[in-house]
Amino acid sequence: MSFISLFITFFNIGLFTIGGGLASLPLLYEAVVDGGMISRNLFVDMLAISQSTPGPIGINMATFAGYQIAGIPGGFVATLGMVAPSLIIIVLIAAWFTNFSSHPLVQDVMGGIRPAALGLIASAAWFIFREALFIPGTDMQISLPAAGLFIALAAAYKLKPATPVVYILAGGVLGIFLF
Amino acid sequence: MKDFFKDLMVLYSLFFKIGLFSIGGGYVMLPMLRLELVEKRKWVNDRELLDYYAIGQATPGIIAVNTATFVGYTRRGIPGALASTAGMVSPSLIIILAIAIFIPMMETMPLFQKAFRGIRVAVSVLLVSTLISLTKKGWKSWIDGLLTLAAFSAVVLLGASPFPVILAAGFLGLLLRRHRSGLQ
Repeated sequence: MSFISLFITFFNIGLFTIGGGLASLPLLYEAVVDGGMISRNLFVDMLAISQSTPGPIGINMATFAGYQIAGIPGGFVATLGMVAPSLIIIVLIAAWFTNFSSHPLVQDVMGGIRPAALGLIASAAWFIFREALFIPGTDMQISLPAAGLFIALAAAYKLKPATPVVYILAGGVLGIFLF
Repeated sequence: MKDFFKDLMVLYSLFFKIGLFSIGGGYVMLPMLRLELVEKRKWVNDRELLDYYAIGQATPGIIAVNTATFVGYTRRGIPGALASTAGMVSPSLIIILAIAIFIPMMETMPLFQKAFRGIRVAVSVLLVSTLISLTKKGWKSWIDGLLTLAAFSAVVLLGASPFPVILAAGFLGLLLRRHRSGLQ
């Protein structure tokens, strides 16, 4: 993949990421996993690292994916592509449309996109859930240790929500003993 | 001129710091932005910050980057916007690239393979719980629920690309709201 097409791919992802970094997940998944550039496992591992290291998740994922595709320059080009639409659009809005987000037309369009974006994030969550909970190579056969770990961590989260780092570390340590 | 470059450096280092200390995504960033921009520096007030956030949510891109661009632009024009955004993404670039170099190596070691299997489960727990809380806040009517379900099914069952789904949803939002306000 050339740097120009890498830039365009991530520019598109940035352009369609509406409503926060998580909304970039389904787009990234389609571009790099369905596109055959990154394995499903590696994608989930990238997400884990992006959630437990500093910086916005969407930017961390873009840097990561860009690196996997084209090395260190790839990391820079992908990140640049991802932020370019924001830079252009926000500067235009800051310069001319100060009441942009309260405009009725924007509210109407967002009224449709917001709930749909939730569905898209759910689709990415489903692909990741499938990867984490089902035995590799089988068709939807649940791994019992993985299911047990899921229930334990979900219960812990329900009782005392903490920063993602805590759960990712706990998952890693328990994983060593369980699998 | 000297002040101008000094201001750019201040913007870069301020957003570098915010990027560096926000672990776990946009949800921890708002308190951080508030502390630095509203309380410490008094560059913006609470209302303006929430406006920036609202614009960030209604425009393409990562909310944190959008807010950084906005603040940078209002302080020092386009160079300010560039300096702030560069500051915001710099910690990610440095830290992620440093980690990314070791990941393929770690993935071949059995101990890390086991740890990563556990980590993947933790990631799904986090995603599911984030989705539940987003849904609680986001669904205003049964139509919203239907739109979420439709978008999910389009991608998971029909294998649709998320890009046209977003376009269709925006268009549908326009039609639905116009229709609803026409009834009132």
